[in-house]
Amino acid sequence: MAYVAVKGGEAAIAAAHAWLAEERRGDPAIPALSVDQIAQQLGRAVDRVMAEGSLYDPDLAARAIQQAQGDLIEAAFLLRAYRTTLPRLIDTDPVATEAMQPRRRISAIFKDMPGGQRLGATTDYTHRLLDFALPDAPPPAREVEAEPANMPRVTDMLGAEALIEPDEQADTAPGDLTMEPLAFPAARDLRLQALARGDEGFMLALGYSTQRGYGNSHPFVGELRVGEVAVSIAPPELGFTIEIGDITVTECQMVNQFGGSKISPPQFTRGYGLCFGHADRRAIAMALVDRAMRAAELGEDVKAPAQDAEFVLAHCDNIEATGFVEHLKLPHHVDFQSELETIRAMRRDANAGL
Amino acid sequence: MQGYNFAYLDEQTKRMIRRAILKAVAIPGHQIPFASREMPLPYGWGTGGIQVTAAVIGADDVLKVIDQGADDTTNAVSIRGFFARTAGVRTTTKTEEASLIQTRHRIPETPLRADQIIIYQVPMPEPLYKLEPGKAKARRRHALAEYGEMHVKLYEDITRFGRVAVAYDHPVMVNERYLMSPSPIPAYDNPKMHRMAALQLFGAGREKRIYAVPPYTSVRSLDFEDHPFNPGRAAQNCALCGSGESYLDEIIIDDQGGRMFACSDTDYCESRRGGGLCGGGLRGGGRRG
Repeated sequence: MAYVAVKGGEAAIAAAHAWLAEERRGDPAIPALSVDQIAQQLGRAVDRVMAEGSLYDPDLAARAIQQAQGDLIEAAFLLRAYRTTLPRLIDTDPVATEAMQPRRRISAIFKDMPGGQRLGATTDYTHRLLDFALPDAPPPAREVEAEPANMPRVTDMLGAEALIEPDEQADTAPGDLTMEPLAFPAARDLRLQALARGDEGFMLALGYSTQRGYGNSHPFVGELRVGEVAVSIAPPELGFTIEIGDITVTECQMVNQFGGSKISPPQFTRGYGLCFGHADRRAIAMALVDRAMRAAELGEDVKAPAQDAEFVLAHCDNIEATGFVEHLKLPHHVDFQSELETIRAMRRDANAGL
Repeated sequence: MQGYNFAYLDEQTKRMIRRAILKAVAIPGHQIPFASREMPLPYGWGTGGIQVTAAVIGADDVLKVIDQGADDTTNAVSIRGFFARTAGVRTTTKTEEASLIQTRHRIPETPLRADQIIIYQVPMPEPLYKLEPGKAKARRRHALAEYGEMHVKLYEDITRFGRVAVAYDHPVMVNERYLMSPSPIPAYDNPKMHRMAALQLFGAGREKRIYAVPPYTSVRSLDFEDHPFNPGRAAQNCALCGSGESYLDEIIIDDQGGRMFACSDTDYCESRRGGGLCGGGLRGGGRRG
């Protein structure tokens, strides 16, 4: 009877999951992907999943990508749901990105600077022609012994002349939005945390909107650097700092024109982006949005979406967003039934009134 | 389940959630922020309710999970399976047998007792969000008990449509102090919340809020003296058990406009049928057998 058919059931769920497992594997005649292959050859996907999944672990991210059939938001979700069960043992010290020996370090505001420009492995100047013969084993890239160079932050050089606002020094430990619910107005530490794991597409669109007049801040990429930084902890029982490993990060220091306000002289202002892995787009977009959200603090009018911190922060998390958007496919027939009754009654009233 | 704590969440997280629940019980209807965790089910699937359940469930509890009133809807099956797997607790579909009832969009027809807890899954905990999307501003309105806008909204419905056009998630005043979302239950269910013997807990995972209605607390649906609150239901009897009181699902049975009405609360319907009551089936109209 129809009544039974519209209700779900355990058998239907089990069958759906079995079908999913079969579909995930694809044609069994074709060799299965290995986690190593994903980690090694789909590095940008792994980086994005680590950033949005808020957990630095390339192996787990690769596993999640495989399990999610390449759906990167689903993969980030798998990682988050795993991360949340892990014990929090200790906070690390802040990573020292100025001490990084970058694989890539470019500045758009100076032709050259101490330490020089380094392109690193980038697609920036490739011609986007589909390569129908991508070699299995490309010839090795030429290797040159790198001179260990001092690579001061470009923004610090501007700071020496007081042309750019000083970096804020926080007196208190940064907040943790995974342990405390976000409250508004949110301070910059929490805003940056939210952006660091925010949806890349959402931040890209918001950053882009600031360039098109919706909260323009005249941005320049002061510096973009990619490389490994040491992660250190200082266990209280030891009383000294120990390095526990390296992570790859991308950092963007945005330099923005600022005409001055009642409270600040004309000077350059900062937008900041930092994320796991090699992710230029993500770091640049994050820096644009960070700067846009500082509008109120700098005495600028808050008019554009990217400047509305509550709007940005409440909607940048794609795990939250995809859940609520997709939950619309869950059954809603009880609510819909009450709507049916209401609209019938309203139509009755309207017809009676004619 | 190997590798996971009892009921999935670690004990520190449960303690944090319990603290939020205690605050919520102490201030009926007031939303308490809590550090909601990612759960292995998606936001919108009931992560708030699941976290509240995980924080209060014990090994001796008997859990019932319903979605749209039914125990056998896909999401209810999935959540019940989650706790059976992670907590190893006994589950039931019988309202009387359950010590904890997690629900989405309904309150069971069978009145709840003082030794039961009902846990609602909440998508949007802020009753003012359609009028004031900014959380900071909405919080201020709650602090000042400034709810005039909501009355104006309901009044505007009456002037435009001749009735309040809110069919579900009809706002309620709790303990005559806090305006509260009852979660998207049909208005029909609102009166059941008033002075309910069971503790009512509400969890909103994505929005990171917990709130509560302690037992025997006043829950008043917003209305006007000349337009009293109207908890509507389809003016039909259940085709299966004949009930003329329960909330009904309307089920399309063919492409000729044929339809039948049946209880949304499957346990209520089945227990009535087990007790010898029956409806008119597809011929429509209920009768007692």
